[in-house]
Amino acid sequence: MRVEGVAVELGGRLVLDDVHLQVARGELVGLIGPNGAGKTTLLRSILGLVPTVAGRVLINGQPTRAGRNNVGYVPQRHEFAWDFPISVEDVVMSGRTGALGLFRRPKQADWAAVGDALDRVRMNDLRQRPVGELSGGQRQRVLVARALALQPSTLLLDEPFTGLDMPTQELLSELFMSLARDDRAVLMTTHDLASALYSCDRLALLNRTVVAAGRPDELTEAQVWMDCFGVGETSPLLRILELAR
Amino acid sequence: MSPIDFFLDLINPDLSFLPKALLIAVMSSIVCGVIGTYVVLRGMAFIGDAVAHAVFPGLAVAFVISGNLVLGGTIAGVLTAVLVALFSQNRRLKEDSIIGVFFVAAFALGIVVISQAPGYAGSLQQFLFGSITGIPDEDLFVVGGTGLVILLVAFLLHKELVAITLDREMARSMGVKVFWLDIVLYVLVTLAVVISVQTIGNILVLALLITPAAAARLLTDRLGVMMLLAPVIGAASALVGLYVSWSWDLPTGGTIVLVLTAAFLLAWVFAPRHGVLARRRPRSAARAASPAANAPAFAGQ
Ligand SMILES: Nc1ncnc2c1ncn2[C@@H]1O[C@H](COP(=O)(O)OP(=O)(O)OP(=O)(O)O)[C@@H](O)[C@H]1O
Ligand SMILES: [Mg+2]
Repeated sequence: MRVEGVAVELGGRLVLDDVHLQVARGELVGLIGPNGAGKTTLLRSILGLVPTVAGRVLINGQPTRAGRNNVGYVPQRHEFAWDFPISVEDVVMSGRTGALGLFRRPKQADWAAVGDALDRVRMNDLRQRPVGELSGGQRQRVLVARALALQPSTLLLDEPFTGLDMPTQELLSELFMSLARDDRAVLMTTHDLASALYSCDRLALLNRTVVAAGRPDELTEAQVWMDCFGVGETSPLLRILELAR
Repeated sequence: MSPIDFFLDLINPDLSFLPKALLIAVMSSIVCGVIGTYVVLRGMAFIGDAVAHAVFPGLAVAFVISGNLVLGGTIAGVLTAVLVALFSQNRRLKEDSIIGVFFVAAFALGIVVISQAPGYAGSLQQFLFGSITGIPDEDLFVVGGTGLVILLVAFLLHKELVAITLDREMARSMGVKVFWLDIVLYVLVTLAVVISVQTIGNILVLALLITPAAAARLLTDRLGVMMLLAPVIGAASALVGLYVSWSWDLPTGGTIVLVLTAAFLLAWVFAPRHGVLARRRPRSAARAASPAANAPAFAGQ
């Protein structure tokens, strides 16, 4: 997955400017930045959901197009209607809606893909459970399975850890690492620096543009983090970074 | 009046409007039950209300020029639905404000139009509160045919309609045409309202759309079951409502709505898992009823 000089304008303001980013298969990359930095917007432009005013996004060498690019998306958990009367496996199948196309019903192969996705996130035991009765961590796993049902080569995760406790976060980041190791390009936004430093192969610091990118042990310079987050040198943020090393 | 007398009246050739009214009420309840399920799950009851009001000028025009009421209502309702869908793409105004603007305007237009017809007070009342007499034979076919088309379209697009309700952002990312599906759903709601307006009236038709689906939602956590229960509750209430209103000479639309409301309240109290009574059950009984709910492997997650 390659982002080449992408710029995005929303409501007359330049939200993203000259963004370059590459995520190779087998790699888990963390996208980090303050609120309003444009993380979600970048994910949406990778999906082909927002028009770019400059640059382009290539997925497996092809320009991106919504619904045609084999990208799995895990939006923020609150976008989903959790009170909908639907079972876990049907939610995961809904991830294949676009791939199935109009007027087509799921076939054997589609259910097999759903089964694999549920196995992958270890939710097969709960496949019949109404989604409204799941815990936060289980819900996040269902959304990941829904993205995996498409058998994507690229996976985009928007703040998958928000509102989850540490053990659940660890379980999920292990899952994301193993998904990357199985030859997928995985890009995840997060506000959890500690777990991003620990689990991601590379980090990209975003604030309208990519301020810095590299392996966690390469991003040691405090100035880069201060620039990206717009904080001073007394900020607790820098303490956390040091503790995490 | 006993149910047997009601049955005899139904087959009495002098009262031929009665079975016609029953058939139309039952058919429209079935269609409204299915479409209402989407409306309730999307939390867009307001759209039903808007469309119900918006069909009014269409009915009024058709009435004044002695055209077909169903057709007139459909045109006006679909027009409003499309306008609402178009204008609500503008994120600056929320859907409900847009609807507030358009449906009151449409309703006002209807009142102005119908005031042009001679003796309009009577026809106004008929539109607003419904009537079981004076339904032309051809309407049986119009309502039946339209109903079948509505159900067929919903069946064919079910997967997509569910996807855009579950998660619009995800649906977009999958290349699902969210805007067009919104319009289709609005049009389906409009058609369901239009075919039901005649027996139950403009103001009360919302109940036919929302109440059975809301009651069904209380009774189940399965979408498929909900989509079967809602039309069954609606049709049964239409039958009981018509019987009660015929026996005691009560207004039909109002009686059907009251029966529906009673059904909803029953569901609210007696629903197996989430009803008032079920929640009062001692905890041990609840636990015994669903052992899987406490599977230890997933506790704490
Ligand atoms: N539809 C929109 N119209 C105009 N501006 C928008 C729109 N959506 C987002 N923005 C602006 O774009 C900027 C980036 O938003 P984005 O949601 O991508 O940030 P983010 O990095 O995901 O933030 P957060 O950490 O809070 O999720 C923000 O300043 C936001 O106000
Ligand atoms: Mg965001």
